[in-house]
Amino acid sequence: MKQMTGAELIVRLLERQGVRTVAGIPGGAILPLYDALSGSTLIHHVLARHEQGAGFMAQGMARVSGVPAVCFASSGPGATNLVTAIADARLDSIPMVAITGQVPLSMIGTDAFQEVDIYGMTVPITKHNFLVRSVDELLEVIPAAFRIAMSGRPGPVLVDVPKDVQNQIVACEDFPPPATPDAPPALDMAAIAEAARLINEAEQPVLYLGGGVIHSGAAQQAVTLAEQAGLPTTMTLMALGAMPVDHPLSIGMLGMHAARHTNFVLEEADLLVCVGARFDDRAIGKAAQFCPKAKIVHIDVDPSELHKIRQAHVAINGDVARVLEALLPRVEVSLRKRWLSRVESLKSRFPVPWANQDDPRTHYGLVQAVAAALDDEAVIATDVGQHQMWVAQAYPFRRPRQWLTSGGLGTMGFGVPAAMGAALAERDRTVVCFSGDGSLMMNVQELATLAEEWLNVKIVLMNNNSLGLVYQQQNLFYGKRVFASKYRGAPDFVKIAEGFGIPAVDLDTAANPRGTLAQALHTPGPCLIHVSIDREQFVYPMVPPGAANTEMIGG
Amino acid sequence: MIEQVAEPLQQSGFAKVILEIDVNNHPGVMSHICNLFARRAFNVEGILCMPVSDGKRSRIWLLVFEDQRLEQMVRQLEKLQDVLAVRRHSAGHEVFERLEDFFH
Repeated sequence: MKQMTGAELIVRLLERQGVRTVAGIPGGAILPLYDALSGSTLIHHVLARHEQGAGFMAQGMARVSGVPAVCFASSGPGATNLVTAIADARLDSIPMVAITGQVPLSMIGTDAFQEVDIYGMTVPITKHNFLVRSVDELLEVIPAAFRIAMSGRPGPVLVDVPKDVQNQIVACEDFPPPATPDAPPALDMAAIAEAARLINEAEQPVLYLGGGVIHSGAAQQAVTLAEQAGLPTTMTLMALGAMPVDHPLSIGMLGMHAARHTNFVLEEADLLVCVGARFDDRAIGKAAQFCPKAKIVHIDVDPSELHKIRQAHVAINGDVARVLEALLPRVEVSLRKRWLSRVESLKSRFPVPWANQDDPRTHYGLVQAVAAALDDEAVIATDVGQHQMWVAQAYPFRRPRQWLTSGGLGTMGFGVPAAMGAALAERDRTVVCFSGDGSLMMNVQELATLAEEWLNVKIVLMNNNSLGLVYQQQNLFYGKRVFASKYRGAPDFVKIAEGFGIPAVDLDTAANPRGTLAQALHTPGPCLIHVSIDREQFVYPMVPPGAANTEMIGG
Repeated sequence: MIEQVAEPLQQSGFAKVILEIDVNNHPGVMSHICNLFARRAFNVEGILCMPVSDGKRSRIWLLVFEDQRLEQMVRQLEKLQDVLAVRRHSAGHEVFERLEDFFH
């Protein structure tokens, strides 16, 4: 018979689950758990400077590895500071377990010091959440949290543990086994056969890959399907890397900031094979006018995504890797010469504006110079805004989990802590975080954590001293009434980085910017690389709000 | 980012539907379920919940108006970890009719 406190039990169960890094910040209501964590020889704790940073570090670990990652926060403001990172994980289907301290059971509901109903607050932004009311429940709740986070469509789970539950003594014969994912849904062979028939009969099919392909580890199967059936393939923001961007069948990212030819190819499709994507409004524009001539095959592990935005002709609920494996032997080999030559002609008629941009002090040139200095083993994270779209458009992604970005929630401040999480989980990789001056300031405090952990994270800061995407939209859609989008002050980011103890270089003043950039990227440890970007450079092409994807402006 | 431009919400129909939902019985289940409907401005006309068998489970009865989003709502409901089963009944079901005496 083992006897221990609830806090010690949590730490043992995390260790047994394989958790080796936890990001968090202690506070009164979670001190028993931190006391127990101090005795762990297996788990490395990363002390963030803001709980949102801890949440995004956990996300970075989970996004790069596919395994649920853990963050800790105390009750009250500690817990509410996690909320944005949890919501972000929910919208991008990232497996994460957030453990929060709570005031003692008897004080819940009394407006006790640092009490908030984080359970109630996180109902709509978690895949599931728990308020643990007795220490015995932990034996079930902790493995269940991991099982839920990683099963089916992944997502965040919150476990709120009152301080007295952390201190209660629990006795158990054996620890529960570490959680494993639930079995995937049974294969719907009739629907799979019907999907194969539609693919074989289609004249102008397009494969549309979403983040589910990355989560399910189905990139290889998806590329095989494309090659076998001759399917031009587009990817959502979340799926970049599923097919190498220079693969002859890749037509790049679709949607609001897609290349013109991508959206025109989709317009002509007679069959759309949607794999692990959810017809998000940024990807498809006006839903009724998206792929207007196409029948739709929709494969998703989450049944509630099927028929949600567009009625599918064939809807298949299942793990996309397994469904694609079952689909492959039923799909005929096809060269599809006529359709693919049509796609090629659209590609050459509408060349992308980011090709052959060489000056590393321009936005596209900088993205390409970073890519040229690195190989495909590097991880590329971004913050949110213009720089994010420029990187999504121009960086040559070639493998799954190479690309970490906040897609669904679009959270500025995501980049630096998520990049740190990636570096914590895979220490031998170089991790680049493209950021903007607006985004960087939203979690700039994590530079202190970065300096402490001395992670191999390179922050490439595109500085236009404004909220660039807001500035762009005010110029394009609000009669050039620029308001609250240009900064009046201009902080010295090189000094800021150096003040946190992080080396920094400024490409603005470098005699050989390409050489300085390469040297900064190749020197182990953190670095901030500052580049001024012309504020008048906008993200093009762009589909205006509410328009169909074919009504692009610019580019 | 940009404001969303979307079609206005469809008005709900007048036909009523009754949902019978088996759930795990613990504090918080009700808020998971009600949140789902409230977030989508899906009006719940009637709600009834009692524990069943040994008290480990409850049964929730919901009275809602038929709406083209209902099928999607049921799929969302079925995704909740504490929801064990969802059954649809037509408005002819007597569960709410028999309660009407308490609402006069």
